[in-house]
Amino acid sequence: MNTKQIAERLAGFTVGIAGAGGLGSNCAVALVRCGLKNLVVADFDVVQPGNLNRQYYFLDQLGMKKVAALELNLNRIVKGLHLQMVDKKLVPADIINLFKHCDVIVEAFDDKAQKQMLIETVLGNFPDKPLIIGSGMAGWGANNMLVTRQFDKIYVCGDQESEIADNLPPLGPRVGIVANMQANQVMEILLGKMNCDDY
Amino acid sequence: MIIELNNRIETLEAGQLTVNELLELKNFTFRMLVIKINGHLVKKDQYDTALINDGDKVMVLHLVSGG
Repeated sequence: MNTKQIAERLAGFTVGIAGAGGLGSNCAVALVRCGLKNLVVADFDVVQPGNLNRQYYFLDQLGMKKVAALELNLNRIVKGLHLQMVDKKLVPADIINLFKHCDVIVEAFDDKAQKQMLIETVLGNFPDKPLIIGSGMAGWGANNMLVTRQFDKIYVCGDQESEIADNLPPLGPRVGIVANMQANQVMEILLGKMNCDDY
Repeated sequence: MIIELNNRIETLEAGQLTVNELLELKNFTFRMLVIKINGHLVKKDQYDTALINDGDKVMVLHLVSGG
C-alpha cells in the first residue's frame, strides 16, 4: 500500500483514545498524520507546565483543557478530521457509551487504577474489541525493554515494570516511544500485518 | 497440572489452584492486576474462589502507573 492507499483505508475506521496525556496526545498525532480521520478522545485534565516534557502541547496552551488543546493541534496537522473530544473523567458507563462504535480502543491513562478500570470494563463489555494498553515507560534508556505483548485481543506496550516515581519520572523519549508503539499497533490491526512483498 | 500462563506453558505440582495461590506460587507481587482465565475476566473479589485447572489458559497482566 502506498501512502495514499493507507490514508484511504484508515479513514474508514474510528479509534477511541482514553486519556490525552503523554500516551494519548502523541498516539493521536501519529495516527492522524497517517490518515486516520475519526477519533474519540476523552480526558478531564488541563495542560500544566509539568506535562510539556512529553505531551503534545505548547507553552501558549497552559491552562487549557487537554481535549480542547489537542483538537486544535490535530486540526493544525490535517484537514477534515472528525473529532469527538470529551472533557470528562471516565467511569465505566462512559467507556461503554463513548467507545462502543470504535474499531480499536487505546488505553492512555497514567494512573494504574484507571488503567485497570478501563481494561476490565472493555473486557466485560467488548471482549472482541482490540484494546491497546501502555504499561511501564518511566525513566530513560533501556530501549530494548520496551515490547508489545499480546493476550488475545489485548496488546500491552511498554516494559510492564518501570513505574513512575519522583526519581523515575515519565519523560518524552520513552513515553513517546510507547505512545507510538500503541499507534503502530493500531495501524497493524486496521491495515493488517505489513507484507514485505509490498516493497 | 499443565497450564498456559501469559502465553507460556507452565507445569505446576498442584492439581488445582485458586488465583491467589497461583499469584503466591509465581511470586506476582504487583498489586494492580487484570486476570483472565480461559478468556473470562476474574475480578479481585474472586481471587480466593476462582479456580485454575489443568489445561487452563491464564493471563495475569500487571499494571504500572505512567503515561
